[in-house]
Amino acid sequence: MPARSADEVKISPILKALEDQDTSVLYDPLDNTMVLNIGPQHPATHGVLRLLVKLEGETVLSSVADLGYLHRGYEKIAENGTYHEFIPHTDRLDYLSPISNNVGYVLAVEKLLGLEVPPRAQYIRVLVCEMARIASHLVSVGSMAMDVGALTVLLWTFREREKVLDIFDVLCGARFTTSYARIGGLQQDWSPQCTAMLEAFLQEFEQDVVEVEALLRTNKIFIDRCEGVGYLSQGDCVAMGLTGPLLRASGVPYDLRRDNPYLVYDKLDFNVVTAKESDALARFYVRIAEMRESAKILRQSLDALPAGSYNAMNPKRVLPNKERTYTKMEELIHDFMLINIGIDPPVGEVYQAIESSKGQLGFYIVSDGTGHPWRMKIRSPSMVNLQSLPMMLKGAMISDIVAIIGSLDPVMGEADK
Amino acid sequence: MTNAEIVDRIKAQLPESILGSEEFRNDLTILVRKDDIVRVAEFVKSDPDLLFDLVIDVCGVDLYQPEQRFEVVYNLYSLNMKRYLRLKVRVGEDNPVVPTVTSVWPGANWHERETWDMFGIKFAGHPDLRRIYMPEEFEHFPLRKDFPLMGIPDSLSLPRR
Repeated sequence: MPARSADEVKISPILKALEDQDTSVLYDPLDNTMVLNIGPQHPATHGVLRLLVKLEGETVLSSVADLGYLHRGYEKIAENGTYHEFIPHTDRLDYLSPISNNVGYVLAVEKLLGLEVPPRAQYIRVLVCEMARIASHLVSVGSMAMDVGALTVLLWTFREREKVLDIFDVLCGARFTTSYARIGGLQQDWSPQCTAMLEAFLQEFEQDVVEVEALLRTNKIFIDRCEGVGYLSQGDCVAMGLTGPLLRASGVPYDLRRDNPYLVYDKLDFNVVTAKESDALARFYVRIAEMRESAKILRQSLDALPAGSYNAMNPKRVLPNKERTYTKMEELIHDFMLINIGIDPPVGEVYQAIESSKGQLGFYIVSDGTGHPWRMKIRSPSMVNLQSLPMMLKGAMISDIVAIIGSLDPVMGEADK
Repeated sequence: MTNAEIVDRIKAQLPESILGSEEFRNDLTILVRKDDIVRVAEFVKSDPDLLFDLVIDVCGVDLYQPEQRFEVVYNLYSLNMKRYLRLKVRVGEDNPVVPTVTSVWPGANWHERETWDMFGIKFAGHPDLRRIYMPEEFEHFPLRKDFPLMGIPDSLSLPRR
């Protein structure tokens, strides 16, 4: 093998990005500065996030995040399929709350179509979105506690999450890859069994959250590892475009469910939880409190769940009931047309976002009037939130890195798209 | 503020920068002259009536037409007014360079990197314009309409031993 020329051994761009950042300490090879590579295969990075960290002793001088290890090109796939075909792909974005991604996507398509969904479907969507938020926050809280050394919490929160996933299983036949929402409605109706299971879950949930919180609220190790760690000022949070629990933990009461209500959130009574401290501990408490608010919303939605159809009456846009497809001529034709040619949306462009568990999950769709989107951009909250990671890491200790990543709660499926 | 009032407000300040506006499903889109995007961005961010302080998204669109092939779309949000605004610039294929808005919204950094990665649109003045998802040595721009869905064989080299 020939010797490498000078061009080939040049410094890699990512390392250069690390070096170019301003640091207050001069770089000196004799100094104890070192570059540490974390990930992409590291349990504390919550997936395949890769970090290059420049350390001075144990203090982080600067860092660069490297994404793309889970890039599957979903925006390209979306352009090459019909609107219906993309619904299963949304499961794989934020795989901790797939069902709310389904809802977010179909809401964007329905906005493009100008389609009104019956109230029963809207309430069921609220129900599943809030269950997904609880499931996702449970993982977030548990894994963040595990990252800083409290393993018990993870086991307890996963036990609770299992109950939510069981409800999804009964509701749509899948625990994770739900693909539950449909353009103009839902895959299946909400069943009385789901109501019973959800009621049983809610009855225990309040006490379970109290128990989980009690494990950590007065835990000196947990508080010491999280308090003041990963601080980002309110101004920086807004400037970096953070959303979700991170922005609310910095004191900005921004919640799409309240500010730009979609579905039936304007008819429901809940609080937008905020905190002032903007550190890892504040984010933890915001998530805990949001789970309680979600439980409140679930109870109200269960009480208010109206009877009626769960699919809009619009045969040219909404997939027909499978049973009728097999037995009725007209439904068969519509099914054939919808699958092969797709919905016929108007020409235009829309942006629709939902408040997912990680922040603002938005879909920007450009339609050229055919059955395939001309362009679909997924605004994933995890990616935007990760962008502020180098700012939070700067000046932190090396052991704080895992706590900060845990408090950000990134899901790489969504960040890498 | 209604959509028309927002357009009037921006037009009153920067009349020659605004090329047009349209409304679809109550979403307001304003087409801005490419070289003036930073001025418009600074204005909509700092004007006390508008205050579009949150950059939600910056993305590219390949219109696949001979002239002005690409669009760069800025989705903005005002925490004060609780509403969205969409700015747009168009840029040709020969010299796809758009001024960066990272000086206005630092959060646009990664969004612009993604747009460069996917469409090959350069952002003049960007502090760290590297590819974000694709490997650094990749030569193509995957979200362009002339990039095939199956990819280009051998465009990604295997790691050298």
